[in-house]
Amino acid sequence: MSSLSRDDVAKLAGLARIEMTEAELVELSSQFGMILDAVARVQEMDLSGVKATSHPQPLENIARPDVVLPSLSPEDALSGAPAQEESRFRVPQILGEAE
Amino acid sequence: MIHQSAAQMADALAKGETTSVELTQAHLDRIAAVDGQVKAFLHVDTEGALAQAKDVDARRKSGEKLSPIAGVPLALKDVLAQKGVPTTAGSKILQGWRPPYDSTVVSKLKSAGVVIMGKTNMDEFAMGSSTENSGYGPTFNPWDLTRTPGGSSGGSAAAVSSFEAPLAIGSDTGGSIRQPAALTGIVGVRPTYGAVSRYGLIAYSSSLDQAGPFGRTVLDTALLHEVMAGHDVRDATSINAPVPAVVNAAKSGDVKGMKIGVIKQLQGEGYQKGVQTRFDDSLHVLASLGAEIVEVDCPSFEYALAAYYLIAPSECSSNLARFDAMRYGLRTGDVDGASAEAVMSSTRDAGFGREVKRRIILGTYALSSGYYDAYYGSAQKIRTLIIQDYAKAFTKADVLVSPTAPTTAYKIGEKVDDPMAMYLGDVATIPVNLAGICGMSLPAGLADEDNLPVGFQIMAPAMQDQRLYQAGAALEAALLSKWGAPILSKAPELKGAK
Repeated sequence: MSSLSRDDVAKLAGLARIEMTEAELVELSSQFGMILDAVARVQEMDLSGVKATSHPQPLENIARPDVVLPSLSPEDALSGAPAQEESRFRVPQILGEAE
Repeated sequence: MIHQSAAQMADALAKGETTSVELTQAHLDRIAAVDGQVKAFLHVDTEGALAQAKDVDARRKSGEKLSPIAGVPLALKDVLAQKGVPTTAGSKILQGWRPPYDSTVVSKLKSAGVVIMGKTNMDEFAMGSSTENSGYGPTFNPWDLTRTPGGSSGGSAAAVSSFEAPLAIGSDTGGSIRQPAALTGIVGVRPTYGAVSRYGLIAYSSSLDQAGPFGRTVLDTALLHEVMAGHDVRDATSINAPVPAVVNAAKSGDVKGMKIGVIKQLQGEGYQKGVQTRFDDSLHVLASLGAEIVEVDCPSFEYALAAYYLIAPSECSSNLARFDAMRYGLRTGDVDGASAEAVMSSTRDAGFGREVKRRIILGTYALSSGYYDAYYGSAQKIRTLIIQDYAKAFTKADVLVSPTAPTTAYKIGEKVDDPMAMYLGDVATIPVNLAGICGMSLPAGLADEDNLPVGFQIMAPAMQDQRLYQAGAALEAALLSKWGAPILSKAPELKGAK
């Protein structure tokens, strides 16, 4: 039986930038054992020598001619912004005061 | 008028027997009368729809050559961006967002003169199988309002089955078109991966997502398929090839000499008795029409569900990183001195629902160093084996078949606290997504034990979508003559209906 402790879930939530309440952490940790057991079935088959598929198509880079095409105006691009200032996205501080 | 097929409506429009304004108004009236109970729509764009209808009527009057379904109204899953119209993907994190651009699917609908009436409810970011994970409350199955319509495109399926719209668009990452089509007694198609542009389709799992059509008949679904598919330079995974001749195939509907493969692993144990019975009945019908029924073995399908619930959460944990509270959508916790990271974490807690958080955390875990090879890596190898199983099966059969979902529609709330039970509902639909091929669900009748619709799934190789319609139309016609009336005529009348 797999398991993931409340602290493990808290660490993952931190990595995923989701602040979770104590109740959410406990609930997720209690559900994870069952989910991990189910998905761990992928390890039951002998997969040695099997190639991995990340995508159903053989992907290749596609380049287009380097010409200017119509794109969003600054007004349109900013239309959904939670906050804006001087035609730019206003975001919270990302560096400490001293830096 | 609203009980006709989209093809009949298009015919009446072409003959001048009705107008798009009249047809659209009739559907808007139906929505007003019954959607309070069904709750298929998150947003009804009454003014926009009537303006589009007026425009297409004028284009027709001026003699412009129009698409075969010009003027027919449609319901759009809220996962597709439509310029200026609220688009939420069923999530609180996008509440109030109005996209500054049209998705390619919407551009194609607009140029084809299809009238977009509004945005339909869905599981948040298409993560779910019952529409109960919507941030705005569930959609109710028109067959029984205490049950779910399936998901994640449950709003679109419920809109079509309750005659609120003759056509709708959904998206299918693990069965999200086919399973709700099955649970509401309509037709739904997941086209080949890359056949329909994903530009402007809010991403859940990019290697699996694909938009597709819903209709009440195989032909209606084909008509919409042909309008929405095609190469798009804005999507690097879009296939640069002609759209398969799906409308012609739906009109011919012939299975004589066709080899139909029954997948051993997708039936029997775990499938509701009435589901299995209707599936077996449909096989007999196909055999009586001259099809050759063979059994095919796809041993790796047993692991498809496990592989899917690693691959899709892994991709979603990466895709949903874009919801960072900076450029659009919700922002919470932006108090003086709060760091960007704190604002991001607070917003993602407030904006994402339970299932979305669960999948992001699962994906973060599966991709983390030390676990990557065991989980995501193994899942990718299972994906290779599934592709190989299909390739082998398609050397023995032209199309493959199975029940679409293991059960009929279940009660709202029944599986909401048991994620694994909910995930099992996708067991028969997921292999198609992992392999990037195409699949259809069409009504196979009602299960004896609960009188609820059962779906029959048909699968075909990549870019052979016409085979779905050819086989589907033949089965549909034979079942219709057996039943004497379309399956939706057996659904109870909704209160408030005129």
